[in-house]
Amino acid sequence: MKEVKCECGHVNPHGTVLCESCGIPLIEEKTREKLLDMRYEGSARRSQTYNKTIIDKIWNFFSSVKVGVWLIVITLIASALGTIFPQEMYIPPVMPAVEYYEDQYGWLGKMYYELGFHNLYSSWWYLVLIASIGISLVICSLDRVVPLYRALKKQRVTRHESFLKRQRLFGITQVENKDIPFDGVIENLKKKRYSIREENGNILAEKGRFSRWGPYVNHVGLIIFLIGGMLRFVPGMYIDDVLWIREGETKVIPETNGQYYLENKEFTLEVYDKDHEVFDEALSNSGMVAKNYQSDVVLYKRADNSVAGEEAKLDQVKEFSIRVNEPLKFEGYALYQVEYKLDELSTMSFHLTNKETNEQFGKISVDLNEPETKYDLGNGYSVEVMSYFPDFEFNSEGQPATKSRIPNNPAFVFNMITPDKPDGEISFVAIQQTIEPFEDNEYKMAFAGIETKDVSGLTVRKDLTLWIFAVGGFLFMVGVAQGAYWNHRRIWIQRRDQEIWIAGHTNKNWHGIKREIKEILEGSGINEPDDLIKETEDK
Amino acid sequence: MKKQRLIMRSIILILLGAAVVYTLYANFTKDDIQKVEVGKKAPDFVLSDMNGEKHRLSDYEGKGVLLNFWATWCKPCEREMPYMDSGYKVYKDKGVQVLAVNIGESDVVVNEFINRYDLSFPVLNDKNQEVLTAYGVDPLPITFLINKDGIVERVHTGEIIKEEVMMDMMEEIKP
Amino acid sequence: MANLSSNLLFAAFILYLVAIPFFGGAIKQKNGSKEQKSPNKWANIAIFLTIIGFIAQLGYFITRWMAAGHAPLSNLFEYTTFFGMCLVAAFILIYFLYKTPILGLFVLPVALLIIAYASMFPRELSPLIPALQSYWLQIHVSTVALGEAILAVSFGAALIYLVKSVDQSKRSKKTVWLEVVMFSIVSVIGFIVVTTTFSLMDYKATYNWIDKNQIESTLEYNMPALVGPHQGELVETGKFEPIIEVPAIVNAKKLNTVIWSLLAGVLLYLLIRLILRKRIGAALQPLTKNIKLDLVDEISYRSVLIGFPVFTLGGLVFAMIWAQIAWTRFWGWDPKEVWALITWLFYAAFLHLRLSKGWHGEKSAWLAVIGFAIIMFNLIAVNLVIAGLHSYAGS
Repeated sequence: MKEVKCECGHVNPHGTVLCESCGIPLIEEKTREKLLDMRYEGSARRSQTYNKTIIDKIWNFFSSVKVGVWLIVITLIASALGTIFPQEMYIPPVMPAVEYYEDQYGWLGKMYYELGFHNLYSSWWYLVLIASIGISLVICSLDRVVPLYRALKKQRVTRHESFLKRQRLFGITQVENKDIPFDGVIENLKKKRYSIREENGNILAEKGRFSRWGPYVNHVGLIIFLIGGMLRFVPGMYIDDVLWIREGETKVIPETNGQYYLENKEFTLEVYDKDHEVFDEALSNSGMVAKNYQSDVVLYKRADNSVAGEEAKLDQVKEFSIRVNEPLKFEGYALYQVEYKLDELSTMSFHLTNKETNEQFGKISVDLNEPETKYDLGNGYSVEVMSYFPDFEFNSEGQPATKSRIPNNPAFVFNMITPDKPDGEISFVAIQQTIEPFEDNEYKMAFAGIETKDVSGLTVRKDLTLWIFAVGGFLFMVGVAQGAYWNHRRIWIQRRDQEIWIAGHTNKNWHGIKREIKEILEGSGINEPDDLIKETEDK
Repeated sequence: MKKQRLIMRSIILILLGAAVVYTLYANFTKDDIQKVEVGKKAPDFVLSDMNGEKHRLSDYEGKGVLLNFWATWCKPCEREMPYMDSGYKVYKDKGVQVLAVNIGESDVVVNEFINRYDLSFPVLNDKNQEVLTAYGVDPLPITFLINKDGIVERVHTGEIIKEEVMMDMMEEIKP
Repeated sequence: MANLSSNLLFAAFILYLVAIPFFGGAIKQKNGSKEQKSPNKWANIAIFLTIIGFIAQLGYFITRWMAAGHAPLSNLFEYTTFFGMCLVAAFILIYFLYKTPILGLFVLPVALLIIAYASMFPRELSPLIPALQSYWLQIHVSTVALGEAILAVSFGAALIYLVKSVDQSKRSKKTVWLEVVMFSIVSVIGFIVVTTTFSLMDYKATYNWIDKNQIESTLEYNMPALVGPHQGELVETGKFEPIIEVPAIVNAKKLNTVIWSLLAGVLLYLLIRLILRKRIGAALQPLTKNIKLDLVDEISYRSVLIGFPVFTLGGLVFAMIWAQIAWTRFWGWDPKEVWALITWLFYAAFLHLRLSKGWHGEKSAWLAVIGFAIIMFNLIAVNLVIAGLHSYAGS
C-alpha cells in the first residue's frame, strides 16, 4: 500500500485527507474547498481504503456511520411497535395469549400476535438488531479512534498556510515588526489553561483534547453494557423465581441449593386513612390507596449437611421486614415483596349438631392444609374425614374433585359417628351447601367459623451481571460527559513576513472560542480572527 | 501489513459473530434448561412414604430408580398411575424402584387416591416442597429416570401415554 | 400551606405571561441599533420578571413538598409543572450564556402552555403508593424533567431557526410542516380552553355503558359527548346526546377530549389565519430578523449536547437503579421505559448525524423538532393512552 509523502516531509498513511503534520490538503478536490472538513482531523479512515475481500466488505459495512444511524433508527421504530399493545408478560393470565390479543384488540390484535410482536423484545430479529448496533459500535470506534489519535499526536506547531486559511476562524494582522513578542498572549493563554507549544516563534495553543476521546469512552461503556446483557443468558448468572409463603410457614428458598430458608411471620397490608387531613380530597376521589405491603420474615441458613426433605438444623441469619423498595439482601440474592394473597383459608370449624334439637356434641377444627382422618369428641361421638377437596369443583364427569391443593373452596365428606348411629351418617359439606347422599341424616356438621392466613408472594432474584451493567453505564456517562461538557480548542498563531496569522478551531461551541480568543488577544495588537461561516451568511 | 490487517479484522469479526450466535442460541434454549441435567448426579433427598417409612435416594444406588412427581388433581398424572403400577410389579424384582413423589397435598387426599388406584409402589409426600424445589419441578407430571449409579439418564416431561412406554423406561434403567 | 402553594404557582404563571411582551419589546427595540451588543432595558425587565416568576414557582414547589411530605413529582400534574419549571430554568441559563431575548419569545410561551396543560389534571395532594416511597422518586424524576427541559430548549431554538430560514414567499413542503408544528401548539391551547370552559360550567354527564368484558359500567363525561361509549345510555336528561358510538376497546372519553381539543384547535387556528391573513410561520418571521442563524443553530445543538447526558442519567441510569430496587429488575420493557429508550436512541442518532454526517442548520433544526415531539408523546400519550407501570395519574 502506498504511503503519501507530504511536501513538509511527513509520511502519511494511505487515504489521509489532511497531512497529519502540517495540515496541507493531500486530496486534490479538498484543495478547492473554502473550509476544511476537520472531522477526524482529515485522517485516513481505514475502512475507506481497503475494499477487496469479503471480510473487508463486512468490515466497511459496519464501519459506516450511515449504517449505524440506520440501525439506530430501525431499532427505534421496532421498539415503538412493541408498545402499541401490551407485551405478553404484561397481559393478565386469564386466557392464552393467542386468544387474548384477538379478544381484546380484534383483528389488529390477532395480527400483532401472529407477527410475533407480543414478544417483540426477545424476538430473534430484535436481538440481531441490537447485536448489529453492538458490532457497529466496536468497528466504527476502532476505525476512527486509531487514526484520530495518530493525527492529534503527530500535529506540528507550524501549519501550512492552506490549512490555516481554511479554518473557520482565521485572520491576518499587518504588523510593523514581525518579531513582536507574544508574551502577553501566551500569558493569557496559560490563564485560560491552554497548553502551549512553540516552534520558530509560532504558537500552537491547545486544550481539552481529551474531550475528543469522549465518544470512544462512551462506546466502550455501551459495549460493556451489551456484554452484560449477553452474559445474562449464561446459566446461573441470572435467577428469577417466585416464592409463595404463608404466614407461619418456613420454606426453603428456591435456587439457593437448599442452603437458605425463610419463615414468614406476618404479612401486612396498610391503606391510607380516609380521613387523612392532607390527602382526604385525593382519597375520596380515588378510593382506597395502599400505603404499605410488608412481609416480616426471618432468614435461616442450613447448618448441617442434611439433604432435601430431611429435617434441617437451621441457624437464624436475620430478621427483616421486606417492603416494596426495601428487598432483603443476602449473599448475592435479593427477596422482593411483589405479590400477596389476603385471607387464604387455613382452618375451618364445625359443631356436630343434632338437626332436630340443635344440641351440640363438640366442635372440630380442621386444618385445611392437613386434615386429620378422625376427630374424637368423646362419649362415643366422633367425626371421620372420608374425603377432602381443598379446591372443590364437580369435574367433567360430575364427580366431586379438587382443582389444586390450595384450600380456596374446601369441601368434605364427613362420617358422623354417634352412640345411636355407630356406623355413622355420611354428609357432604362444602361452603354454603350440604348434601346428604343416602338418607335424611339426624345429625349435621354445623359451620362454626374460619381462620385465615395471608400469603406473601416474593420474587427471588440473583443477578451476577449487575456490576457489569454498572461499569458499562458508568463508563458511558463518563464518556458522554467528557465529550459533551468539554471542548477541544486549538489556536494557531504564526508569523509570516510582515503579517501575523491566527486561526482557531473547536469541535463545538464556536461562540465560546470566539469570546475566549477576544479576551486572549486583548492588548496584543493582533486582530480577532473572522468567522468565515458568518461572513458567507451575511453576504 | 495488509495481510496483518486482514487477519486482525477476521479475528474481530469472528469473535463478534460468535458472541451474537451464542446469544441467539442461548435465548432460544433458555426455556429448556432443566435444574437437574441429564448425565449429572440426581440430587439426594429423604422423604417418608405414607406408612411413615423413610426413603433416601442414595440408598437405592445399585438399583434403577423411576422418580415421578405428581398431584391428585393433575389429570395426566392420574392416567399414568396404573401403568406405573403394572410396570412396578414387573420390574421391582429386576432391580427397578419406583418412587412417586406427591407435591405436598394433605395425607387424607393422598391416601384416598392410593386406595382408589390400589397403588403398590411407595408414594412419598414432599410436605415442604423441598425436593420439588431442588428438582425444579414445573409443570406436572415429570419423570426422572435414574440409573444404578445415581446418574440421571433421561427426563420425561408430561404424561406417559402408554403402558409400553412405561415398560421401556424401566427397561432402560434396569441394572 | 397547600393554598399558598397554588397561589405561588398562579403568580409564577402570570409573571411568565407578563414577561413575554417584554421579550417582544426587546427585539423590536434592537431594530435601529444593530451594533448594540448588551441587552436593552426591555430585555432586562423581561428576564427580571422571568426570574421572579421562577422564584415564585420554586416557592410553589417547596411549599407543596412541605404540605404533602413528599416531593411533588408523583403525578401528571406535578411532573408536568416541574417540567415547565425546569424549562424556564434552562432558558434563564441559556439566556445568560447567549443573551438572546428572542429565545424567551419562543420558549416562555411553550413553558406557559406546559404549565397550563398540567393544571388540567387533578391537582389535589395525593398520597404515595408503596412503589413510589423512595428517595429515588426525587432523584429520578427531577433529573428526567431537567434533561427533557434542556432538550426542549433546543426545540425552541430550532423553531426560531425554522421560522427564520423557511422561505415563506411560496407554499412548500417546509411551510406546511412548519404550520403543522404551529397547529399542534394551537391545539394544546384548544385543549386548555375547552377543558377550562367546561369545568367552569361544571358540565357533567353520566353514561351507562358496556365495557369490553361485557360488564356494565358507568362513565362520567366532563365535556359534551361527541363520541359516546359502547352502547352508552345517558343517565341524566337534557344533556348532549352522542353523535357516534365507538367500539368497547376504544376509550370513548379520552377520544372525545381529543376530538374537542382538535376542533377547538382548528377553530382557533383558522381564526388566527383569518386575522393574520398569512401563515403563522410567516407572521412570526419578522420577529427573527435580527437573529443570526448560526447562533440559534449552535444554541439548539448545545442544548442537545447538554441535555442528552442529563436525560441519559435521569431517564435511563437512575431509572434502572430504581427499577432494580422497586420492581426487581432494572429493565422490563414497560412502555414508558421503551419510550425513554426511543428518546435516547433518537438523540443519539441526532448527534451522529450532526457530528459525522454534517447535518447542520435546517436539517438539525427539524430533528430537534421531532425529538421534542417524541418527548411530548412520552409525556402525554404514554401516560394517558398506553397503560403501563408508570400510569399513576392517568385520569
